[in-house]
Amino acid sequence: MPTALRRCTLSERHAALAHHFDDLAQQSEASHLGMWVFLLTEIMFFGGMFTGYAVYRSLYAVAFAEGSHHLDVVLGSINTVVLISSSLTMVLAVHAAQVGQRQLLVGFLLLTMLLGLVFLGLKTVEYVHKFADHLVPGSGFLYEGPHARQVQLFFSFYFGMTGMHALHMIIGIGLLTVLVWLAWHDRFSPTYYTPVETVGLYWHFVDIVWIFLFPLLYLIGRH
Amino acid sequence: MAQHIVSRRIYYQVFVTLLVFTLLTVGIAFIDLGGYLNTIVALTIAVGKALLVILFFMHVQDSSRLTWVCVGAGFFWLALLLSFTMSDYLTRSWVAVTGW
Repeated sequence: MPTALRRCTLSERHAALAHHFDDLAQQSEASHLGMWVFLLTEIMFFGGMFTGYAVYRSLYAVAFAEGSHHLDVVLGSINTVVLISSSLTMVLAVHAAQVGQRQLLVGFLLLTMLLGLVFLGLKTVEYVHKFADHLVPGSGFLYEGPHARQVQLFFSFYFGMTGMHALHMIIGIGLLTVLVWLAWHDRFSPTYYTPVETVGLYWHFVDIVWIFLFPLLYLIGRH
Repeated sequence: MAQHIVSRRIYYQVFVTLLVFTLLTVGIAFIDLGGYLNTIVALTIAVGKALLVILFFMHVQDSSRLTWVCVGAGFFWLALLLSFTMSDYLTRSWVAVTGW
């Protein structure tokens, strides 16, 4: 009951409404746009790496295919499914917030975090294999064959791009932790759930980066 | 704030489509389509998946025009970055230059 009372008294001016906005709709619109502008800088950030990848793959197509054969397609595919599933649970969390189901919201946020952790766990297994196989660029890199240097370049892109992606996942899991805390303390309602939506945008963006990384790194010249 | 609430059924449908596309992209990678066709198909599927995520999961489909312009600008600039860079690298072999 106290929660219901609090919501009533705040209906005139919502606690989450900052003084420089007319209403929650305007504030939410501004937050959305702000997150999208940030994501544009992220598109250009990852875009730079994708462009570098495109340049070197066009120059050393054979070596890139050779390097790609050392990646684990099964683990990569499982991770793709895990990440797509986490996008589904994220959007279901937003839906739960929209209809004011607090327990479902907390549940889906936790599930999204869990799937994110599963992704990072499998990524760690892959990285450990690469270390064991001496495929990590640097002084420890050991590779026989005429394309050894170009294969090392492929692995530089592999570790650079998947590493940056993993860092974004770790940050995403941190943001989700904050959301779980806020949702647990009943800070969201059908009239105010902007943080859930904006973190959702970020999470889906990181998913999209992987959607491109997966075929470009794991699936070259498999036939 | 009173945003249009999308039915959960649409989210499930998008999710299943994304899974089918993932299966498709893995399957096709093991079939030799010849030339650059494998890469083109893989990237087309990836763009399709990205569009589904952007339009439905990120709710751009019922966002304001300003959001559309913003998202469009981002991918337009990415296209510029890729196309201008690659139009250089992919055409260098057209002209014989010593040292390249």
